[in-house]
Amino acid sequence: MTPDLSSLVLAQGGGSWITFDVNSFLNQFWDNTIDGLSYGSIYALVALGYTLVYGVLKLINFAHSEVFIYGAFATWFTFYGLGFRPGATPELPIFELIGFLLLALVASMAVSGGTAVVLERVAYRPLRKRKAPRLVFLITAIGASFVLQQILFIWRGGNPEDSIRLLRNDEVFTIFGGSVKIVTIITVIASILLMIGTDMFVNRTKFGRGIRAVAQDPDTATLMGVNKERVITLTFLIGGLLAGAAALFYMMKIPQGASYQGGFILGIKAFTAAVLGGIGNLRGALLGGLLLGVVENYGQSLFGGAWRDVVAFALLVLILMFRPTGILGESLGKARV
Amino acid sequence: MTTTTTPPAAPAKARRRPVSDWWNRLSRVQQWGVLIPLVALVYLLPVLNPPLITTQPGYDFPIAMFEVSRYALVAIGLNIVVGQAGLLDLGYVGFFAIGAYVMALFTSPDSSLAKLPFLVVLPIAMVVTMIFGVILGTPTLRLRGDYLAIVTLGFGEIVRLLADNIDPLRGNRGFQGVGHPPGVKADGNPLFNNTDGIPWYWLCVTIIIVILFVVGNLERSRVGRAWVAIRDDEDAAEIMGVPTFKFKIWAFVGGAAVGGLSGALYAGQLGFVNNQKFDVVTSMLFLAAVILGGAGNKVGVLLGAIVVAYVPLRFQAIAEYKYLIFGLALIVLMIFRPQGLLGARQRLLAYGRQAYQRLLGKGEQVSSDGSLVSDKAGEKA
Repeated sequence: MTPDLSSLVLAQGGGSWITFDVNSFLNQFWDNTIDGLSYGSIYALVALGYTLVYGVLKLINFAHSEVFIYGAFATWFTFYGLGFRPGATPELPIFELIGFLLLALVASMAVSGGTAVVLERVAYRPLRKRKAPRLVFLITAIGASFVLQQILFIWRGGNPEDSIRLLRNDEVFTIFGGSVKIVTIITVIASILLMIGTDMFVNRTKFGRGIRAVAQDPDTATLMGVNKERVITLTFLIGGLLAGAAALFYMMKIPQGASYQGGFILGIKAFTAAVLGGIGNLRGALLGGLLLGVVENYGQSLFGGAWRDVVAFALLVLILMFRPTGILGESLGKARV
Repeated sequence: MTTTTTPPAAPAKARRRPVSDWWNRLSRVQQWGVLIPLVALVYLLPVLNPPLITTQPGYDFPIAMFEVSRYALVAIGLNIVVGQAGLLDLGYVGFFAIGAYVMALFTSPDSSLAKLPFLVVLPIAMVVTMIFGVILGTPTLRLRGDYLAIVTLGFGEIVRLLADNIDPLRGNRGFQGVGHPPGVKADGNPLFNNTDGIPWYWLCVTIIIVILFVVGNLERSRVGRAWVAIRDDEDAAEIMGVPTFKFKIWAFVGGAAVGGLSGALYAGQLGFVNNQKFDVVTSMLFLAAVILGGAGNKVGVLLGAIVVAYVPLRFQAIAEYKYLIFGLALIVLMIFRPQGLLGARQRLLAYGRQAYQRLLGKGEQVSSDGSLVSDKAGEKA
């Protein structure tokens, strides 16, 4: 607010490295918070996939970012198939709009869920049969990530698809001077509903109990009559479905369209979110996602757009230094009956 | 990875390794007799330019050989961290980038810093990367396994993003005219230039041989034994009095130094450094080289690096699909041969028994897996 704070500069040699733009930070605080929450809920949805798989298999599913981007492509092709083309946003009646969005959501979730299940079958199941050590799973995940990415690259080329938009980027109302857009409302509300749904599924249903049992102790769970293979497939399926939903919101939000590499950074960020909250912990993923989204946006307005990703990774290192198992700790396995 | 602590006789018989058995039965002198011509052949390779192996006309063969040797150097460095100490590092390209940037900052006319000769900057680059190894290692090495992996991945990305965003590092514009080692040809042109790969290749191979000696001796030393202990069971090692944190930092710093060295060489040969070459994919390729060959096995990681670097250069037609092929190769390899092309050899027990045998005045015939080839009576005596 005070003018002497507004351009605090870390000077070195001739030029300045980092500029602290305190004014921009203060002026756009609420805008950033709202925008951060909507990014954060996308991260959280993807992070749930990482967390579920990690909880059950103790595996960082590096290919989950590709599962996500397959959903994004499914969204794009659904819009394209419905006759929309990149460029101007069409004026649609509200029911039609909702119908199209739901259609895209279903397509995206189906493709992502399918990809995740196929991935599990093809890449991870043979390793489980051979009782491979955990490092081997991780390398396979990296390999699978390469393969899925390159299939997209060979099919669609290196350039991102042009963005197709169904929703206008209009402001609906303002909170404390921060503008709230229709995309933000849909993203945040739908994400939170999906996360509550997932949480209830895992904590309240019979299948969920199976997931928690396998996460806690796979051998004992098997002895108790839990079908471990089915639980693992189910876990990948849920993760994939959530990633698919996240992909739709992501496509509505970002200015550019889907690109074959588009999932990579988002995947790392979502994983960061999962680790922040405590990987293997569903509520931790939500907390970590929202926290990461908001802090990242604050960092962006404070240091400038280019520093966004640096802030995210620095936050990861900082939190792990003080809490090596994340904010809420690992807990999918510690069943709350 | 962890099956090496107790080498029972049965799996040793099931997994026969004729070449290494034959190698281990040779005496020192005989081993040298095989090695010296082999090394000479390796040195002569770019000059000979053998017809089937050559990458021409698609790609200049000596430069391709330098690329391969550079990958080999990186793989040896990363093997210290991943193979020996069992710390999964997904951000190794960060150290590589730091080495390259230090070289560029101190030798390129585009940098505002003082200009120093190549040979002075080389150790500086190593020291700076070692310092970064400590900076990364100290706060993060308390983390285990996957957490460590993701933090190192984050570190690699931070280094790349800093190169993107910090103005003196010049982002995409990069540094031209990075320095090279001294020496001129008869016609007065510099010996080490950007178009002739042969001197660079020789330099790199020499460095690899030196580092192989150093790493080989480290393996047999207290440090190496501590690394293997940590890799196999960190908790057990800690309880048995191994200062695990200290040795993990050692591994990190050692690996970082080699990474920085190879980065500096790379910058020198290319003569140009910008932010494009240091992404996570490169890190994954480095890791793929180590895993492909067999983490923890020096010869294995050399082989892995050669495959990873050479195949796309040789078969330009598949270069476009190299990541796809890598991915598939990694998946298939992990399913059918999870220990890599050449698995980690557990030589420590072998060395221990060798020493014991010498004390008893017996021969030193020990098979590759550490079980005695000579009579068992000596062991009981």
